[in-house]
Amino acid sequence: MTAVLEKSFVDTAGRPTGGGRRLPSQWLAVIPFFFYLGIFLLLPTLIVVGGAFFDRNGLGFSNLLIMNKPFVISAYLNSVILAAITAIAGAVLGAVLAYAVVSGNPNGVFRRLVTSACGVLAQFGGVTLAFAFIATIGSAGFVYLWLKQHGLDVYAHGLWLYDLRGLELVYTYFQIPLMVLVFLPALDGIRPQWREATESLGGNTWQYWRYVAGPLLAPAFFGATLLLFANAFSAYATAAALVNQGSVIASLLIANTMTSEVGLHDPGIASALALVMVVMVATVMVLYTVLQRRTARWLR
Amino acid sequence: MSRARRTKLRIFRIVVFIVMGAFFLVPIAAMFEFSTRGPTDASPRTLSAWLSIAQTPELSSAIIASLELALLTSIGMLVLLVPTMIWVRLRVPAVSRTVEFLCLLPLTVPAIVLVAGLAPEYQWISLNFSDSILTLGFVYLVLVLPYAYRTLDTGLAAIDVKTLSEAARSLGASWLTVMLRVIVPNMWVALLNACLLSVAVVLGEFTIANLLNYENLQVAIALLGRANATVSIAVAVAALLLAFVLLVVLSFVGRPRSGVGRLEEEGLSGFGRQLGGGLR
Repeated sequence: MTAVLEKSFVDTAGRPTGGGRRLPSQWLAVIPFFFYLGIFLLLPTLIVVGGAFFDRNGLGFSNLLIMNKPFVISAYLNSVILAAITAIAGAVLGAVLAYAVVSGNPNGVFRRLVTSACGVLAQFGGVTLAFAFIATIGSAGFVYLWLKQHGLDVYAHGLWLYDLRGLELVYTYFQIPLMVLVFLPALDGIRPQWREATESLGGNTWQYWRYVAGPLLAPAFFGATLLLFANAFSAYATAAALVNQGSVIASLLIANTMTSEVGLHDPGIASALALVMVVMVATVMVLYTVLQRRTARWLR
Repeated sequence: MSRARRTKLRIFRIVVFIVMGAFFLVPIAAMFEFSTRGPTDASPRTLSAWLSIAQTPELSSAIIASLELALLTSIGMLVLLVPTMIWVRLRVPAVSRTVEFLCLLPLTVPAIVLVAGLAPEYQWISLNFSDSILTLGFVYLVLVLPYAYRTLDTGLAAIDVKTLSEAARSLGASWLTVMLRVIVPNMWVALLNACLLSVAVVLGEFTIANLLNYENLQVAIALLGRANATVSIAVAVAALLLAFVLLVVLSFVGRPRSGVGRLEEEGLSGFGRQLGGGLR
């Protein structure tokens, strides 16, 4: 790196400014960066895309035909439902928490505490989060035992924690803080003057939310919901730690196809499944960006 | 605001904070509670699970591996990203959008997808280069890019890189001196933040290590969970506490200086806002 930088300095020093010949030596210094990302980010992505379209007979769509299998459809459907439910629950609850934060002192310790906690909790996932919930409402967890002593058996209809419904509860744990972080700037953009203006025109609270704040916040809210959807849809670690067997959701299915745990070992199929996931996530993220831009107009 | 509405708002806030606080704190408290349980229901509270962390060899080797990976990833991130970002700002602004796009790309490519493409690469690496767990550092560097990029970008934006470097260059400093002795000392808060975030990400990473069959901290905790739930939960709490301490440090460093206040608030909430990373 040093040699490259020194070299480019020597090269450029004697040359006149401007002209096409200057360009290459300046670019030398950024080549390691592009080279590295080429190998460890772009190449894996290309391997996934390539692997999805190439099989033993060459170029074709045979790997993608796996998407027609009932167990694949159900895994993706489960993922979509799981992501949608936790995104909506996280968005609504997160928005309520964000509003509770915003309605307080903007420079207060409390707000600082909540945003910091959200910053940590939004990334709290994987094995630790799964364990936290097992220790809480697993069959030996103290909340479960306490509820049972008081006559409420949450597992009366089966042990749902290690199931899709368990994932719904556990995912909500990181979805709410993520929503707070994403939605807080939009709520900060709402001016108290707008409420005063509504009131001076005779509007009540309902009318303020329905005709003023609601429409202003809607793009931010739906955008954030999409982000939460992508977040839950692509999550793997928490589900892997919580769900012991089976491929109930798409990310677990991809993992099991890769590691041949279900006798399905096939890199081509795994690539096809991964490609479908990345296309779905990318689509959602593009929509999120569009809505985010719309929100940005009000956030000055 | 009328008095009635103010009271209603107050009650609303208190209720929300209590309910949410319970939802978020109870599972963490439950982990503590679980990790101090004795062998039977009747036995008294004990710290034996915590004490046996050090006596579980597969656990200590995984902890060491994860710490080494955290160090390697942080160093690699600094070496790769800092000179590139400064250079792009100064000399080739034409590629700044491309660099930003590439650095933020890991947010859109889920870790589970990345690992599907990495599997053949790591097969090759383990055959021809090394099969050490430390090779995971290569891909962890990619995982921490979005976190590090945002932090470093905020840090660079807060100082006048161009004027500083022109002043140093006109006094005869080489580019290396400009970077190491002029720009880096002016943005050490951002560098520290980027390192802390990288460490937090690496210590929490599970997806890629698990699917490439390497046993890092999180994978070891997951494996141990099947055999000895109390000890594995104790380690999980310990790892969580460590990450928490790192992030608390993150939110406190560099506070006295004006202009970086925004940075450290951005640091934590920016951390939370990232997708990908293989943590969830």
